[in-house]
Parts: sequence; structure tokens; C-alpha cells
Amino acid sequence: MHRTCRLDRKRGTLIMYIQYLWAFVIGGGICIIGQLCFDVFKLTPAHTMTLLVVTGAVIDGLGWYDPFISFAGAGASVPITSFGNALVHGALEELENKGWIGIITGIFKVTSAGISAAIIFSFFAALLFRPKG
Amino acid sequence: MKAKANKKLTAVQEEYKVLAKKREPRRPVVMNCLRAFIVGGIICTIGQGIQEIFIHWFDFDKISAGSPTVAVLILISVILTSLGLYDKIAQWGGAGAAVPVTGFANAMASAAIEHRSEGLVLGVSAKMFKLAGSVIVFGTVAAFIIGILHLIFNPKMGGGF
Amino acid sequence: MLKGNQSWVFGNRPVITSTATIVGPWEGKGPLAADFDKIHDDLLDGQVSWEKAERAIMEEAASLVIEKAGLTKEQVQFYIGGDLMDQIISSSFAARTLAIPYIGVFGACSTSMESLALASMIVNSGSAEHVLSGTCSHNSSVEKQFRYPTEYGSQKPATAQFTVTGAGAAIVSKKGKGPIVTSATMGRVIDMGIKDPFNMGAAMAPAAVDTIQAHFRDLQISPSHYDLILTGDLAKVGYQIAKDLFAKHNFPIVQTRYNDCGKMIFDTDKQPVQAGGSGCACSAVVTYGHIMKQLQKGELRRVLVVATGALMSPISYQQGETIPCIAHAVSIESGVL
Repeated sequence: MHRTCRLDRKRGTLIMYIQYLWAFVIGGGICIIGQLCFDVFKLTPAHTMTLLVVTGAVIDGLGWYDPFISFAGAGASVPITSFGNALVHGALEELENKGWIGIITGIFKVTSAGISAAIIFSFFAALLFRPKG
Repeated sequence: MKAKANKKLTAVQEEYKVLAKKREPRRPVVMNCLRAFIVGGIICTIGQGIQEIFIHWFDFDKISAGSPTVAVLILISVILTSLGLYDKIAQWGGAGAAVPVTGFANAMASAAIEHRSEGLVLGVSAKMFKLAGSVIVFGTVAAFIIGILHLIFNPKMGGGF
Repeated sequence: MLKGNQSWVFGNRPVITSTATIVGPWEGKGPLAADFDKIHDDLLDGQVSWEKAERAIMEEAASLVIEKAGLTKEQVQFYIGGDLMDQIISSSFAARTLAIPYIGVFGACSTSMESLALASMIVNSGSAEHVLSGTCSHNSSVEKQFRYPTEYGSQKPATAQFTVTGAGAAIVSKKGKGPIVTSATMGRVIDMGIKDPFNMGAAMAPAAVDTIQAHFRDLQISPSHYDLILTGDLAKVGYQIAKDLFAKHNFPIVQTRYNDCGKMIFDTDKQPVQAGGSGCACSAVVTYGHIMKQLQKGELRRVLVVATGALMSPISYQQGETIPCIAHAVSIESGVL
């Protein structure tokens, strides 16, 4: 009984380490795509981020982003692509629950944390800090 | 889209473009990609750690832990931006610092801080979205279009998950 | 007097009776630090915004140059100035403080020589006793206006240039002791189809070459006439391109020394300035600081300074336009030899 528990714990830790590894590799990989946009395609950061967000949205539209998150963990949920995923998620969830009006009422449901956090913290940062040049 | 972006260049201008290209120092693409991989990977690993904390200590599940994780990463990014450190990380890490959601927060915080001199209303609030606005707008419009497409092609409205 | 198509020769030999240069922290750590009148350690220097800081150093340079000339503000007839800010507010607000009749000009980074040429022309024609010519730029205010907020993490390519924080001013007088402005060539706008605002050197080099060729054509002299030809802010990349263009047009630039202020003001190997310096203050502080000292000591006899500017705006770039550029040349002779 004791031995099985220890083995289970070891297995759990191994799974956790593998998850961290995938988060690193996949997250880094998406950033490489962004870097290629900068250096090879000479896109501005704004254009690159926009491209990645729309890509994330399209991937979730096809239903592939959730499995991507299950597999890559934070490697898929931290890059800006997941923002597109969250917007589509919100729209589609409300579409299923409330019908066609849900497309509009649902878009910001899931991303509310991200956008609200960014606005609120940026506002307070501007109150408290000066740019350093 | 840009109106006259593809104005034809004259022969002399084309010739000059070739000459100028020769003197343009080559971008160290491989090195930049490696740096982006490292910095982006580290940020996502930190995100993974934060997510684990929310799952094990705060009773979130794998899906719902995403939101608070993103909020914490945004806070960290805003703090680093305010201390003048994020731009230094980004000069080294390139897309590794710009692509994660921390880059989005940096875009908003840096614009907000920069325009404080124009006041809270016309400066901070109005210009906060200078850089991040395109991401929000395009993401929203894309989600709308995808929603419409699902509505048209998927009457069951459950396709995807 | 008009010579050739686009040049003036100043027969009455207007004199640069004093100059003043103020710079910021990065320039103060560069190779020419000892040649500047004052170095500010802080980009804000106690002001509440970058724009106010830029204005303050312009006022400081203007006041200092008048003091060094042994004059009062009332004795200076005109102030010709410009800068990179929208509506050239740094110069206009400095002019408000100085209360000298003001002629605002915009030549982007070519403003230093544009204003010096006009000042010399006015003095040479007997239309003024003393004219103040000055310009300024500030790294952070330029980044904020033309590129990104200063705390934004964008990766700059190796072709990018670092705007000089500084202000340079000169008093041109009818008589006195000092280096003499002998001629000037006003440039035409040249656009070779470059669109990349992170590669100004490539955009501006053709304008510099065009004005330099025009100068020698108009005055019927050869490059060996000068000890040194200096471009304003082509920096590492634009400098190489200019040399290529001279070679292509069989222009014998090798008869004299050719250098660039953007390369000189920073140590491009040790300082994080990518290709080198840029900004209105770049050519101004190098000329009015470093070059003036050499002219006064007699180490240089005749110099041709060719300031270069990129005449774009953030909107023109966003609308897909190319970058038209201009260069203005002024020749200065040592008053000693």
C-alpha cells in the first residue's frame, strides 16, 4: 500500500516535470514564430501580435486550441494566441447558450480577467511611476 | 490597408535599394530565435508554476486556472515595466518578451506611463491602447466572424468542443 | 551672393563668435564628452516631461551662447531655430523665453546647418548684426513621438539609430573673432524609395551625396579644398552607403577626410546605440563643440558640414509613404590661419 502511494507520487511528479518541459518548449516555440515575423518578414510588433491573436482565434474556431492547452499547459495559455482562443471561447459558449445574440454578448466573458487586469494595473502604474527613458 | 503602399519604384530607386541592401547588417536570425525561445520559454514556465499554485492551493481546475494566472502575469509585467526593466529584457529576448501576454501588458503599461504628462483623461486613459488596441480589435472581430461562421455552418452550435 | 544653382558665397565673411553645447548622459559618456560645455546626468533633469526637458536644454544652450559672446539678449536681432517635435515646440517655447524675434524652421536632423546657413546669409547681407542659430533633440521625446513609448520592449535592429539628447547653438556676427562661415549649399528633397524608419542612414545618404556634389559643382572647387567633410547623422550604415555612392558617381571624396557626426558622438562598439547617433542635436553639438575647438586651435583649416534630415512623419509612414530626405551644407573656415 505504502509502496504504491510512493510510486504514484513519483509518477505525479514526473508528469508535472513533463508538463513544465512542454510549457517551456511550446511557449518558446510560439515565440520563435513571433521572432521570425520580426526578422524574416519584417513585421512590426503590433502586426505580429495581431497575426498571432487571429491565429489563436481561428485555431479555437476549429476546436484545436483546448486540446493544445491540455497538452502544452501554460505554453499554450500564456502566449497572446490564447487571447484569441479565449475571445472565441466566450463567443461560442454564449452562442450555444443564448443563440445568435450570444456571439456579441459572450466575446469578453472569458478574457475579462486579462483585459481588466491590464487596464487597472496600467492605470495605477501611470499614477505611481514615471518613465525612465 | 495602406492605400499607395505599392507605388512603383523607378529604375534608379530599384538600383539604389539593391545597393543599400548590401550595406544593411544581417539580422542574426538564429541567435534572435534562440533568445526568443529562452525568454518565452521561461515566461511560460513561470506561468505554468503560477497555474499549478492556483490549482493545488486555491482549488481551481485546469481550465479555470488560466484566468487568474494571466492576471498575475500581467501584474508582474506591469511592475517590471514600471521599474524600467521590461524593455531591457525585450531588447535581448525580442519576441520572447513580446509574444507572451506579458508583452501585451507591457504595451499597455508603457503607453499609460509615458502619456501621464498629458493628464489622466487625455493622456493615460486615451493613449493606453496605442499599441495593444490592434490586438483587442482584431481578436474581437475575428471572434465575431468565427462565431457567425459557426452559426451558419454548425446549426447544432456545439461544434468545436 | 548666389553661386551656381543652389549655393551662396558669403563675401562679407560672417563670423561664428560663440557656440554652446549641452548634452545628455549617453553623449556625456561618449568619445567627445570633453568638448561639450555641459553634460546633464539625467534625461528629465528635474522637469516633469521629456518635452519640457528638451525645451529647458534649448533655453540653456541659447542663454549660454549669448553669455559667451559677451552680448545681451537685446543685442541679438534674430533667433533661427527648429527641432523634431510636432510644431517645433521646443524651439518656439525657447523663443518665448528668449524674447528674440524668431524664425522657426523645420529640416528634421538637417536643421543645424539649415539655420546656420540662413543666419549667415542674413548677417552677410547686412540685415543683422548678430543672429542666434540653434537646435535641439531629446532621445525620449523622439522615441515617444516617432516610435514607441520609452518603456515599451521593442527590439531595435542594427540599422536603427540613437537620437542624441542635446542642444547646440551658435551666434553669427558681422564682425568679431572666430571661425568664418564662407559658403552654404541648400539641398533639394531626395527620395530613393526607402520606407524603413529603422534604417534612416539608407534613406538619407543619397540626399547627402546630392548636396555635396551640388556644392562642389556650384563653387567649382574640388574636395581637396577642405580638410574634412562631415555628414550629420548617416551613422555606420548610411556612411558606408554614402561612400559607395561617391565611388559609383566617380566623386573624388578620397582627396580629403570624410567622417560622420553620428559615428563620432558615440562609441558604437561599447554603447547600446546600434548604428550610431541621429537627431537635430547630433550634427549641432559635434560641430559647435568638437569641430569648433579644432577650428579655433587651427587644427582644421576648412570644414564642410553637411547635416542630413529625414522629412517623414508617423502618419506618412503609416500611410505607406517612402521617406524623403534633405541635406544642407555649410563651409566653415578657421579664423586663425
